[in-house]
Amino acid sequence: MSGIEAPLDPEGLAELMAATTARLGTGRAGPRPRTTALLRFQADHAVTQDAIYSRVSEELKDRFGLFTVRTMPTDKAEYLLRPDLGRRLTDESRATIEQRCVKQPQVQIVVGDGLSADAIEHNLPAILPVLEQGLTSAGVSLGTTFFVEFARVGVMNDINEVVGADVVVILIGERPGLGIADAMSAYLGWQPGPGKTDAHRELICMITDHGGTNPLEGGAYLVELIRRILAARASGVARDDTDSSEPERHATTGERSRM
Amino acid sequence: MTYRATLHGRSFTFGSVREVLAKASEAKSGDEMLGIAATSALERVAARYVLSELTLEEVRANPVIPYEDDEVTRVIEDELNDRIFAEVRGWTIGELREHLLSHGTDSDAVLRLSRALTAEMIAGVAKLMSNMDLVYAASKIRVVSTAATTLGLPGTLSFRLQPNHPTDSWQAILASIMEGLSYGSGDAIIGINPADDTVAKTVELMEQSHAFMTAWQIPTQTCVLAHITTQMESVERGAPVSVLFQSIAGTQDTNDSFGVTATMLDEAQELIAKLGTARGPNLLYFETGQGSEMAVGCDHGVDEMTLEARTYGYGRRWAPFMVNNVSGFIGPETLYDGKQIIRACLEDHFMGKLAGLPMGMAPCYTNHTNADQNDQETATMLLAMAGSCYYMGIPMGDDVMLSYQDTGFHDDATLRELLGRTPTPPFQAWMEALGLWHGGRLTARAGDPTVFLAEGPATPMLR
Repeated sequence: MSGIEAPLDPEGLAELMAATTARLGTGRAGPRPRTTALLRFQADHAVTQDAIYSRVSEELKDRFGLFTVRTMPTDKAEYLLRPDLGRRLTDESRATIEQRCVKQPQVQIVVGDGLSADAIEHNLPAILPVLEQGLTSAGVSLGTTFFVEFARVGVMNDINEVVGADVVVILIGERPGLGIADAMSAYLGWQPGPGKTDAHRELICMITDHGGTNPLEGGAYLVELIRRILAARASGVARDDTDSSEPERHATTGERSRM
Repeated sequence: MTYRATLHGRSFTFGSVREVLAKASEAKSGDEMLGIAATSALERVAARYVLSELTLEEVRANPVIPYEDDEVTRVIEDELNDRIFAEVRGWTIGELREHLLSHGTDSDAVLRLSRALTAEMIAGVAKLMSNMDLVYAASKIRVVSTAATTLGLPGTLSFRLQPNHPTDSWQAILASIMEGLSYGSGDAIIGINPADDTVAKTVELMEQSHAFMTAWQIPTQTCVLAHITTQMESVERGAPVSVLFQSIAGTQDTNDSFGVTATMLDEAQELIAKLGTARGPNLLYFETGQGSEMAVGCDHGVDEMTLEARTYGYGRRWAPFMVNNVSGFIGPETLYDGKQIIRACLEDHFMGKLAGLPMGMAPCYTNHTNADQNDQETATMLLAMAGSCYYMGIPMGDDVMLSYQDTGFHDDATLRELLGRTPTPPFQAWMEALGLWHGGRLTARAGDPTVFLAEGPATPMLR
């Protein structure tokens, strides 16, 4: 609803406001925002803080049979300060993966908290079954899906040193934007390992029911993308060079999330 | 060369100018992650004692990255004025600080001296300054630049309208432009960050924004912030735009990772002077920020503040129209919280002005940083006292494309009122003609974007 008291063109204002997700038509008190607009902004920032600092529930992990491993940071504050530590598994976690995971599958799926627990809570129940069933029915062999606490995207390199999959997919919480605190990204790489970077990876971002790609569609698109990577035996820049039939990539904000 | 200082009975040793500079910095999470920051509060101050006694000559002889290894070092060294340097070569950094703060030193004197200062001197003197020092010293430096209109004139405070949209929808962008203009934002530039960095989209946005500016006779300039090569190709294809944009950094390999070189910027400047819509002479727009080098692993073990000063030393070669700083954009791994972000903003604004650049500021933060809108507003008000030429203008400060928070339209209007500043003179006259500005502030009808629907020229509009 508009906060402008007597707009010259009320219908036009409604159209302008409907044209964008930007915070338009909020009106003013002197030069300052009106109370409703101020509080809405604060609420939208607050939900991002809760999403970043909360943890993915054991209930959700149990429901999908995910065991938990973790990266080097000892708490969330260190995780935020040290992206490098979030890319490395603890020794104990390596041992757990060694012990519990199927080795050398075609596709290893990993779930990571990243910067939003809400992203996992809200989207995993829809995307994971679509992804697993889609790949299985395409005849693709799957590894043992598990959960990584304090995960950064680059942890897929460490994981694959143990697992040896052709493709690793990590479903991970994006840095929350104002008002969209539950967007998930899926990063994929062909044979991740030491030295592989985002240039070797592919990405679907803004998977959310709130103004992005919904998780059911995201899962279906991911299955298609994985099949292409398996066929090309390459991902990222290397695959771009060989495959020009790429479906249009999703242009979103997530690429700047610097996971 | 080894440097020593003894404080409170404890001795500290530093192995190089680079180490002294790194350890003299206020605490920054990025420097700590690299393991180059002071390891105790006393060591930090000891480094400052050493720094305060280094001469300009010694600092010039010890660039943090060697001349042979790095284009940024070469550009800075090669552009220095040797005659002016000869006058001040024996000064210490401590003396330089007092000279800059002295009542006897005015803006012209600073800008002349600036031609003799390398980035390490600029960073060094800033490290010896408290927050109020940084505000005061910067406040006396006035840098004026002209593309189509002129920024930085006394009594003015300007804003870049930043009407981004995640899918580059022109209707959405236009809606934000209309609202921003109705608040008096956009006199610095209307600058759109496209989500889709292609020539086709860039040409389209250049044409659309130029058509709107022309139809409404808005005395400002336009820019589409795609990669510089994308913009250059768009301009070569005939797209109309006022200035060209590029992000730059303080090491050659970081600039390589951005896909930019000095030669490329030379070419861009030549191209926009020939085919751009604005008269100039200042026709480039740069964006910078602390931490960008370490974010791509190209920091060479140099602290993020010194690298930022190197970015300014590099950028001044092209006498840009605008430089805006976005320290705070990357995240907590470079600047941990509101305190570090505010400090970095004050440092960067001062260092940029001392390098002779037309500094605008984007005090900003991301949602995974330990900062909020109150920190952002505090930084913005302090920088306004320091004399920042311009800020961003975003609906309620929330950029829905880049996913971070910055200065909003309301803040723009508020800052002008608080400081008794006006838009650029031609933009103020334009606002007055539309009934949006009167008596030094917004009128009652300001803040209503439908001003641009209800009357005026026929342009590619919503309907």
